[in-house]
Amino acid sequence: MNRSTQTRQRLAGVTLLGFLLFFSPVLTLFDKASEWAGIPISYLYLFGIWLALILLAAWTVEGRKH
Amino acid sequence: MLTTTIVVIASLGYLGLLFAIAYWADRRADQNRSVISNATIYALSLAVYCTAWTFYGSVGRAAATGIGFLPIYIGPTLIAALWGTLLLKMVRVSKSQRITSIADFIASRYGKSHLLGGLVTIIAVLGIVPYIALQLKAISRSFTILLTYPEVSMPNPADSLPLLQDTTLYVALLLAAFTILFGTRHLDASERHEGMVAAIAFESIVKLVAFLSVGIFVTYQLHDGFTDLFDKAENAGILNPLIIDGMKGYENWFALTLLSALAVMMLPRQFQVAVVENSGEQHLRRAVWLFPLYLFLINIFVIPIALAGQLTFVGENVDADTFVLTLPMAHHQGSLTLLAFLGGMSAATGMVIVETIALSTMVCNDLVMPLLLKRWKQIPPDADLSKLLLRIRRGAIILILLLGFLYFRLAGEAYALVSIGLISFSAVAQFAPAMIIGLYWRGGTRSGALAGLLSGFVIWVYTLLLPSFAKSGWLPAGLLEQGPFAIELLKPQALFGLTGLNEITHCLFWSLSFNIGAYILFSLWRTPRVDEATQASLFVDALKNQQFLGVGLWRGTAEVKELLHLAERFLGNERARHLFQAFAKRRKLTDIKQLPADAETVYFAETLLAGAIGSASARVMVSSVTTEETLGMDEVLNILDEASQIRAYSKALERKSHQLEKATRELKEANERLQELDRLKDDFMSSVTHELRTPLASIRAFSEILNDDPDIALNQRRRFLGIIVNETKRLSRLVNQVLDLAKIESGRADWNAEDVDLLEIVEEAISSTEQLFADHGTRVIRALPDHACIVTGDRDRLMQVLLNLLSNANKFVPEQTGEVTVCLISKQDRYEVSVSDNGPGIAAGELPNIFEKFRQAGSASNKPIGTGLGLPISKKIVEHLGGNIWAESTTENGAIFTFALPKKKKAA
Amino acid sequence: MTKTILIVDDEPNIVLSVEYLMKREGYQVMTASDGQVAMEVIADTRPDLLILDVMMPRKNGFEVCREIRADPALSGLPILMLSAKGREAEIKKGISLGADAYITKPFSTHDLVDKVNQLLQSRE
Repeated sequence: MNRSTQTRQRLAGVTLLGFLLFFSPVLTLFDKASEWAGIPISYLYLFGIWLALILLAAWTVEGRKH
Repeated sequence: MLTTTIVVIASLGYLGLLFAIAYWADRRADQNRSVISNATIYALSLAVYCTAWTFYGSVGRAAATGIGFLPIYIGPTLIAALWGTLLLKMVRVSKSQRITSIADFIASRYGKSHLLGGLVTIIAVLGIVPYIALQLKAISRSFTILLTYPEVSMPNPADSLPLLQDTTLYVALLLAAFTILFGTRHLDASERHEGMVAAIAFESIVKLVAFLSVGIFVTYQLHDGFTDLFDKAENAGILNPLIIDGMKGYENWFALTLLSALAVMMLPRQFQVAVVENSGEQHLRRAVWLFPLYLFLINIFVIPIALAGQLTFVGENVDADTFVLTLPMAHHQGSLTLLAFLGGMSAATGMVIVETIALSTMVCNDLVMPLLLKRWKQIPPDADLSKLLLRIRRGAIILILLLGFLYFRLAGEAYALVSIGLISFSAVAQFAPAMIIGLYWRGGTRSGALAGLLSGFVIWVYTLLLPSFAKSGWLPAGLLEQGPFAIELLKPQALFGLTGLNEITHCLFWSLSFNIGAYILFSLWRTPRVDEATQASLFVDALKNQQFLGVGLWRGTAEVKELLHLAERFLGNERARHLFQAFAKRRKLTDIKQLPADAETVYFAETLLAGAIGSASARVMVSSVTTEETLGMDEVLNILDEASQIRAYSKALERKSHQLEKATRELKEANERLQELDRLKDDFMSSVTHELRTPLASIRAFSEILNDDPDIALNQRRRFLGIIVNETKRLSRLVNQVLDLAKIESGRADWNAEDVDLLEIVEEAISSTEQLFADHGTRVIRALPDHACIVTGDRDRLMQVLLNLLSNANKFVPEQTGEVTVCLISKQDRYEVSVSDNGPGIAAGELPNIFEKFRQAGSASNKPIGTGLGLPISKKIVEHLGGNIWAESTTENGAIFTFALPKKKKAA
Repeated sequence: MTKTILIVDDEPNIVLSVEYLMKREGYQVMTASDGQVAMEVIADTRPDLLILDVMMPRKNGFEVCREIRADPALSGLPILMLSAKGREAEIKKGISLGADAYITKPFSTHDLVDKVNQLLQSRE
């Protein structure tokens, strides 16, 4: 299997992971009115997961060059 | 103070700057020094996704629903990770077929259908016009709000103003002019609009910087950071931290994400920047994460601004849609307000420019061209249509913007920004089944795509567009309340009794269900036709290296002149000739005239035309000037089958060609060897005849003398007769040896392979030459072992070698004082026999040639009697028996001839 | 005055037969066994005609021929080439190098004698 196919499959994995974290019942675990450090935990969860997915994709695409 | 003059000057200055950037980038592109061929610029240009709707509307939606704006950006993030395959495939297909719009893409996928292209265009225009209206509304509204700076007041509804006093009209006209300047420089739309892309990328930076500036000001200047803002909001009771609560249900949360994931690929402007304007496939890699990162950054401060706006404007009539602008205004931040205004303007203008360019291409190629082709016969054959096409595009741009303005005047005030955007999203989402399934499923057919698009579109009109008209008061509100003709089941927003979803989710569910259902059902109804199967294969296998497939599927007769003429009519003379010339050069021809009218040329001309007028029209035009054979389904399937095997074939071919190269090389070498042998044979023949002629000459001369002179003295007569006899002997010896040598060389000689005692042979050879030595007065010295020396060989042949060496030695030694030494010694694995003499020796220069034919050592004065073949024959014999033979000599001590033979191997 | 003929050949039997023939015709005969010797003899004794073999050690007949024709002092010396080399190209080469006649071995004694007489008479 060549490298680009592998990268594509990893990226597909990122998409699947995103669907799991955003749309499965996992979401309801954090969909609460509680706070962490003064910020609603649901906001933290959404933006945190979002950024993590982006960084994961960036690392998959760019990171292995070095 | 922000005066009207400052705002107007800043706006015009900003547009001027944009134009300068575009102009500069276009110039650079003309010089082949592209500035946009860069992954970061590509990703930034994709951010044309963020329009005024994002810039102003996200805050509005956040104020209303909390987290509800987020799916619009999460969807693209999730789908972007799949771009490595999905978008790559679209890009590659589009580049190879010169596809210039999403309508062209779908039309081309299903056999280059005008009908399909037209339908897609109509859906796109109807779906996008509200979206354009939204941008116009955003610009004119923000401008109007700015005019009262620093007083924040919401402007009256625009439709209350007389038409000519409506700023929106002027905004629309200005943008139309601007877009025409940007977008219709060249006709060939596959020639990318580099200037436009550069300007769009710049706008993406401006709107991000503007939004972040406002966000930072609001969060850290007005308040004490995120925590402080959230605290205050919670105390004021305006914070809704619950996701599903804000989204009014799980389904809506999911549906909006799906919708935006589809829209980010199906929106005509996104297709334009992501596919048509793509300048290198490798740029996709960075877009996979950089574009989502952009979306993330532009959304960080949405909630803080929404909360701060609600905290600031308590009890005031200020739309949340305007918070980005009104918050800095309310706090008297003049320059920040202006920056926010310019940011909003950049978001809106970017969208309008790209969208109208994309739509105008579609309108021109997929709506107007088919009509033009119907009247083709009435157009004078030498009319230059390229200018006409440009005029059509410019007209389409103006028309689309005026339509947007019209929608804004009629319905624009009824909806919040974000809802209009979602209506457009839902419309273009209808392209997704035909696009995406069609990229992976060969079975999708034209009728399937038509049925799917049509049913999805009808449902969109019924469940989303009609209600929006009804809400604006154009249609009776009863339509929504009771359903048409009071049929409950057909209530547009609760179709078939489905309730509990918001209107977007409701529309999306029904439209995509019907769309996909009809697409699959109609596709399965009958097998694809020839042209559909061809295109399906080109699309589905796009990543499998099949660019030659399209070429293989055309058969017929054509004339290059006609094709060129056709291209000239649509692209202009100069450009068409230039492109044909370049094509000829690629095929290693010097001139257009040399181009063969073959499938490749026809395919080239067709894709060239496709870039200008769309694939379906290009198909029609090319078939009008060529005579084409219709390929049968079987034939096409065969070609497709072959094409899928082409990679395997080409590998095998490569291997074969390597073998062939090797064979050729070997053949060449063999030929050279053969020529060398031939030359040697020639030389040999020439030498042989020479050697034959010489004794013959003596024989003839003396015979004639004896014959002519009867009274010749007796002793002289004897002498002459003696010469004749000797020369005759020499002659027959020569003939025998030549034959012998020829036999050995050709491999026809009979060899006995037996165990022979070398010692015995040496003894026998010496004794049989005893008389010869005695006549010459030569002493023979033996240096022989006392045991048998067994080798495997041919007794007679070995004897021949020894006799040769012995008689040779005898020939060269001086008479009476001659000494010949025969020596046999046993070495580790071989026996060596040497014959040395005390003759004159062999000059160093002669040594290497001594075993060649007809080389005889010695000067003419003491020329030996011999044939010159004895040594060559000896050499052949020894080598045949697996040994070797050599000569050594010093002129003082005579010559030594030695041959070595391997010892017989002990029986294992 | 008796004419002198120089016979140049590395085959003693050929020299012997040609020498006999020339003497029978009343010519004086000198012999040389290779080209180099021949050149020395020519320089010393100025023969009236040269019977020249081609294939000889040290200096072959073609070279001898070329040298003689390049030397003005030897102008007019008739050269008869007597060679076992009988191919068309070789005959042409000999003529082009300045040989007056080319006879291939084995030769007819009558032809040789006639040719020699003819060459010497045309000299007078």
